[in-house]
Amino acid sequence: MDCVATGANVKVLAKAIHSLSRIGEELYLEPVDDGLALRSVNSSRSAFASFQLSPLFFQRYQAPTDQSFRCKMPIKSVQAVFKSLSSLERSVEKCRIQLNSEKSRLTITLHCKHGLLKTHNLSFQDCESLQAVFDKESCTNVLQAQPRLMVDTVLHFPPSLEEVNLSVSSDRVWLRNHVEDDADSSRAMMTELCLSSEEFDHFAISSQTSITFCLKELRGLLGFAESSCLPISMYFDEPGSPVILNVTDSVLEANFVLATLSEDSHSKNHVNSNTKRPDAEQPPDDFMSDDMDSFLIAMETSELPGPSHVPTSPLQPINNRKHSASDDEEEEALAERPPNKKFCSLFFGSVLPTPSLTNQTIQSQEVLASDSEDENQTETS
Amino acid sequence: MKFRAKIVDVGCLNHFTRVVNTVSKLTKACVLRLTCDHLYFVLSGRVATGGVSMWCELLQVNFFDEFQLEGVSADANEIFLEVAPENLSRALKTAQNAKSVKIKLTKKSCPCLTLAAELPSLSSLSRVVTHDLPVDVIPRRLWYDFREPQMPEFDVSIYLPPLKTMKSVVDRMKNLSNYLVVEANLNGKMNLKIETDLVSVTTHFKELGNPPWGEDGSQSSSRTHREPELMAETRVDIRKLQQFLTGQQVNPSRAMCNIVDGRILHLIFLHEDVSLQYFIPAVV
Repeated sequence: MDCVATGANVKVLAKAIHSLSRIGEELYLEPVDDGLALRSVNSSRSAFASFQLSPLFFQRYQAPTDQSFRCKMPIKSVQAVFKSLSSLERSVEKCRIQLNSEKSRLTITLHCKHGLLKTHNLSFQDCESLQAVFDKESCTNVLQAQPRLMVDTVLHFPPSLEEVNLSVSSDRVWLRNHVEDDADSSRAMMTELCLSSEEFDHFAISSQTSITFCLKELRGLLGFAESSCLPISMYFDEPGSPVILNVTDSVLEANFVLATLSEDSHSKNHVNSNTKRPDAEQPPDDFMSDDMDSFLIAMETSELPGPSHVPTSPLQPINNRKHSASDDEEEEALAERPPNKKFCSLFFGSVLPTPSLTNQTIQSQEVLASDSEDENQTETS
Repeated sequence: MKFRAKIVDVGCLNHFTRVVNTVSKLTKACVLRLTCDHLYFVLSGRVATGGVSMWCELLQVNFFDEFQLEGVSADANEIFLEVAPENLSRALKTAQNAKSVKIKLTKKSCPCLTLAAELPSLSSLSRVVTHDLPVDVIPRRLWYDFREPQMPEFDVSIYLPPLKTMKSVVDRMKNLSNYLVVEANLNGKMNLKIETDLVSVTTHFKELGNPPWGEDGSQSSSRTHREPELMAETRVDIRKLQQFLTGQQVNPSRAMCNIVDGRILHLIFLHEDVSLQYFIPAVV
């Protein structure tokens, strides 16, 4: 493998690494004929991110002769190469990524001004291809917005906030902070932001829905999208199925796949802490209207009505989700776990590039077993 | 109980934000007292908070374009709420370029102060962000705990030197000692002192001036025979003083302090429509 990125693309590459570092500990590198894929997944496997850089992104792109070559390495070591964005922008003219198969090192060379060369030799591990199972085309809801809108939106939420809830109706989008419903957090400040459909570049909502996902990864992608001024698209369905964040350019594509809270735990939270807002019939700006008495009425109502969009009989998450056949194993694992589980680790088949189906299943089983251990650990801690 | 207020003017919004920021730097929780004319942020000295008390008074009409209040009853037309000023400060921070900000008392899953900001947007419709800040409504029987503190019978009252200077002196002294002695006399002199086993440091300020308190003020009446050169001194926790000097964003037009010898340091910041008083108890 030998690829060279020049000029502004070095910064794009650096930004991509930085946003991947928000996801997981390891960077998966997969050079193939149609481009270089940079991927990462978090430890609980509830978030996956992938940057696909096409050969045109590079000044020179040469895939390795060994087509099945894939590797992974600690993302921190790669991040260190692209550490300071400002100095990178100022001084680096060219970045070359080479595979030194003799020494088993990945060599990243930064060609700086005044003929300065910075060479980093990174050790790596062989690994299988990392690929999430998702299909954004099948999602019923699509939003597209300029990164500025999303950045301004996210700014209203505290940096410590982990999860955000997004509700959509036919003409509006609401974002609010998601708070677990234990006694402690009922004292937390609740923030809600309402955006009109007009602010989006593309707004196609076919079903009113409300999903909850992690903010950290979204922030990661926003950092990338903002620096490259590319619009962000969101593809999503009902709660429990993943939300896909996408940034596309002629020479690159980024997909972030994030798990969302499944319906049962989600609706509980929703009834407790949130009002009846997502009803499209409701005057959306009721707070901004000037009647002073409106809040008194609310004060006297002890029971808040549940949101209408929550189905009366919450389905098991297993029935809710559309899965490819190869994920059967995973679904079983999901059905067995306690109901208070947070995010579904849903979309991963870790797949060998070989077409053999049997091989594929075995691989995904292995990965799944370690997954559930991981999850249990994080939960007990 | 009803409360609803609105800020439209961006200057007022910034000013209010600065006051709230100042308060939030001083305490995690305090009482917000609302009356028809004033807002007060009150911290009454408790052992748990290190014995400091705060009294911050704002003239409502100078901040709000609309202000409607119905207290608990006709004879007690006030509302006392326990709030986390940090939340309020954070909510206001996200509303910095808002076209208008409304603050309202609401009942959600718990009583809340709801702050709604109308933000500029890319479309014809405004963006609206609302923050629900959980508050505790303080019952009337406890109101007495949060009354205005009495002006102490001070020995010396003196104008403070420029706050930046004072802050940099205190910041440096903090590296050397945990306690600081503030002493002043009626001749416009003030000293900031630290004393440790290894070192004694004193910074002298002179010609600061002593505020002319009226007949009811104790400077001229009850202590008439005080020797002008005689220092009144109080030893305080240096962190409390530093916190106050660091966190303040009010930029007062008048800053002064009253010293009750060996008992209390009473700091007063005056701005056109804001007054902030901070009481630091003496330590032995």
